[in-house]
Amino acid sequence: MSAVVDDSHIHEHHGPAKGLGRWLFTTNHKDIGSMYLWFSFSMFLLGGTMAMVIRAELFQPGLQLVDPNFFNQMTTMHGLIMIFGAVMPAFVGLANWMLPMMIGAPDMALPRMNNWSFWILPFAFMLLLSTLFMEGGAPNFGWTSYAPLSTTYGPPSTIFFILSVHMMGVSSIMGAINVIATVLNMRAPGMTLMKMPMFAWAWLITAFLLIAVMPVLAGAITMLLMDIRFGTSFFNAAGGGDPVMYQHIFWFFGHPEVYIMILPAFGIVSHVIPTFARKKLFGYTSMVYAIGSIAFLSFLVWAHHMFTVGMPLAGELFFMYATMLIAVPTGVKVFNWITTMFRGALTFETPMLFACAFVILFSIGGFSGLMLAIAPADFQYHDSYFVVAHFHYVLVPGAVFSIFAAVYYWLPKWTGHMYDEALGKTHFWLSFIGVNLTFFPMHFVGLAGMPRRIPDYALQFADFNQVASIGAFLFGASQFLFLILLIKCVRAGRRASAQVWEGAEGLEWTVPSPAPYHTFTTPPKVV
Amino acid sequence: MLSRRRLGTSVPLLCLLLHPTTVLAAWEVNMPRGVTDISQNIYSLHMTIFWICVVIAVIVFGVMLWSILFHRKSQGAKPANFHEHTTIEIIWTLIPFAILIAMAIPATATLVDMYDTSDSEVDIKITGYQWKWRYDYLNEEFGFLSNLTTSQDAIYNRLEKSPEYLLEVDEPMVVPINKKIRFLITANDVIHSWWVPELAVKKDAIPGFINEAWTRINEPGIYRGQCAELCGKDHAFMPVVVKAVTEEEYEIWVAERQQKAREEYELRSKEWTLEELMARGEQVYSASCASCHMPDGNGLPPAFPALRGSAIATGDMAKHIDVVLNGVPGTAMQAFRDQLGEIDLAAVITYERNAWGNETGEMVTPLQIMETTEQ
Repeated sequence: MSAVVDDSHIHEHHGPAKGLGRWLFTTNHKDIGSMYLWFSFSMFLLGGTMAMVIRAELFQPGLQLVDPNFFNQMTTMHGLIMIFGAVMPAFVGLANWMLPMMIGAPDMALPRMNNWSFWILPFAFMLLLSTLFMEGGAPNFGWTSYAPLSTTYGPPSTIFFILSVHMMGVSSIMGAINVIATVLNMRAPGMTLMKMPMFAWAWLITAFLLIAVMPVLAGAITMLLMDIRFGTSFFNAAGGGDPVMYQHIFWFFGHPEVYIMILPAFGIVSHVIPTFARKKLFGYTSMVYAIGSIAFLSFLVWAHHMFTVGMPLAGELFFMYATMLIAVPTGVKVFNWITTMFRGALTFETPMLFACAFVILFSIGGFSGLMLAIAPADFQYHDSYFVVAHFHYVLVPGAVFSIFAAVYYWLPKWTGHMYDEALGKTHFWLSFIGVNLTFFPMHFVGLAGMPRRIPDYALQFADFNQVASIGAFLFGASQFLFLILLIKCVRAGRRASAQVWEGAEGLEWTVPSPAPYHTFTTPPKVV
Repeated sequence: MLSRRRLGTSVPLLCLLLHPTTVLAAWEVNMPRGVTDISQNIYSLHMTIFWICVVIAVIVFGVMLWSILFHRKSQGAKPANFHEHTTIEIIWTLIPFAILIAMAIPATATLVDMYDTSDSEVDIKITGYQWKWRYDYLNEEFGFLSNLTTSQDAIYNRLEKSPEYLLEVDEPMVVPINKKIRFLITANDVIHSWWVPELAVKKDAIPGFINEAWTRINEPGIYRGQCAELCGKDHAFMPVVVKAVTEEEYEIWVAERQQKAREEYELRSKEWTLEELMARGEQVYSASCASCHMPDGNGLPPAFPALRGSAIATGDMAKHIDVVLNGVPGTAMQAFRDQLGEIDLAAVITYERNAWGNETGEMVTPLQIMETTEQ
């Protein structure tokens, strides 16, 4: 594929379109990336508000603020919004902005489809959020939507929730196709796969995971819809079906989904740490193989989310062994990041702070994951706050911190301005303290016997819950610092050079800051 | 030394420390060892994997901390050049792999043991309902519901909370120590999960399917747990209480329950008055119906319709009986024919027809319910 027309002189006379039309009709990867990122940040604040409601109710034993049914709506919507509205779109936004520049391509392979992929999302989420105002309320059965709670016993809004998730799935699948087509076909001459930046590898593999499993989610929720509306009995024993089959199908999607939410983070950290250590990433080849093995293994472990469901012993043992195995390639990646730092020349600007916190706190989440893998022990951990602690550690100081690191790292490239470093560091430290105060005590109450998804709890869990709630309020409030920083940086700030960071390497650092509307209209030569 | 200033801070502090919630609240950080052999095996597995993780964390974060402290550019560090080392990479892939194999062996042994439900001495069928448990002693032919007894007043902060807040029931499961007890676990509506941390037993209760679990309790005592699968609005309000007693005490309790079951059987054919049915019906309503239809009968429409002033409770009697016995398929209204005995069914229907101003003056007798269910 080589029909690259040098029409850069034409584009120098045409900037981006003006007005609302620019954003509605853009096919430019930078514009679409920005829209994804702003959308995801607003969803993060919305999902975060729901978390504040949850933690406010859980501040003390007793019911003070909300009734149990509304609380269940909050936990369900918080999960759906954070996963499908905040984390995934943020990574897609970063992919859109950075992948073409990193590989020396002028844009994504399918720019119009790119626009549609984004614009589905505001409509999907308007539909999802509107269920809060429907009679019977929003979905209240957890983001995992187990049948028959979600079918026979779900509120009328359930079918709208199903439609909105279908829309999100279409957006993800189209985005994934775009990423694969771009990365496989549009790399600059000389950039072989094994010379590609780690973020590109991470996203290439993530895109294959998305294409493999989003259709499975679509199948699962369509079966829910059939049971609710069209008289089928997929998950109804009285009709010959099996509620556990829903769990198998859902988690076959669900486990690769959590890797979809972390592989791009691994890619980001593999850029940030070498930059601020001024040292090449240690073990590039094994990093690539590790991402590949993690992705492959992720298809073989789904039932570790279901250890108490009554699986036959052989199945239970298989899933325990396969789950334990995933720790090996993940550990390799952590060792490689640490070895990259070792004997580097380190500085600790905000992106590096978030990246270092990622390595430590994601690893803590990984350790609790390894504990959860031990199936007999999991009988005590399952559906307790120990699990809530685990996944929040890998998702919040894991995925979300990597997104913060990426934004701080690439903001100067996007805006042409250095962000306010003091404000950035403040955002980091308040978030770091907040996140640990919130989620570390959850390990304790989970081990002590507190189940999850409850609006009220026995008295022995009170103290740690109070600490967790205070931490949550601190973490939540700190995100407004980030909002202020972003607005300030977009509008003004010290001029950023093309290189921005002394130790940064990659094609994206060869274009000016802010990056021109069109970059690499002629592909560079890569040695 | 009690200076005025110290008194000023120490008195409030003392009050805070003596406040019931503070005194009873614990800073519990770990899983209980529990009172069964399995629970102690699980505790060991848990502690082993935990310490392995701690050791790895200390090494890995230690190296990172070293770099953060001593490899800073601001202190003149110059970056080294290496970015590969095949031998080290192989070693740090193989060592974790070996550790995992070492963990997998005892974990497998414990899991195999947990799956062996054979040769039980007591068999109890556990059924999860929205939002309570039912325990049927299969070989003794009696069963009963186990409901949360914490009051709405305590939950809504109008009354003091007791030490067993949210973990107390009217009828605990009573079992003998030192005997293998097999649980057959199912559900009536949605998926629930039966969990007692000190026994290390947790199994999902799945409607239409039966799961098995077992335990052998080494020490008498009261062991409290909760439902561990989101099952609707009162998921937090259906605790599990297991009372383990000596074999002698267990036999006495079984005999009492069997006697009670026989007496209940006799009571079905006595002449019940409206007042007697109402009194009993109010209790049944409070335990089995009020969580959805509300103590005042107003319900929570549209999911849970009002009974007060409703066509169902004041109109056709046969239809009212049918709804209570057989439920309304496709909704949250369950079939109560297998959950409540004939006396309770007659009492609660009578109550619904006469409470909150419904005042139909009608009553249903247990014998009438029996006739309906036998048709």
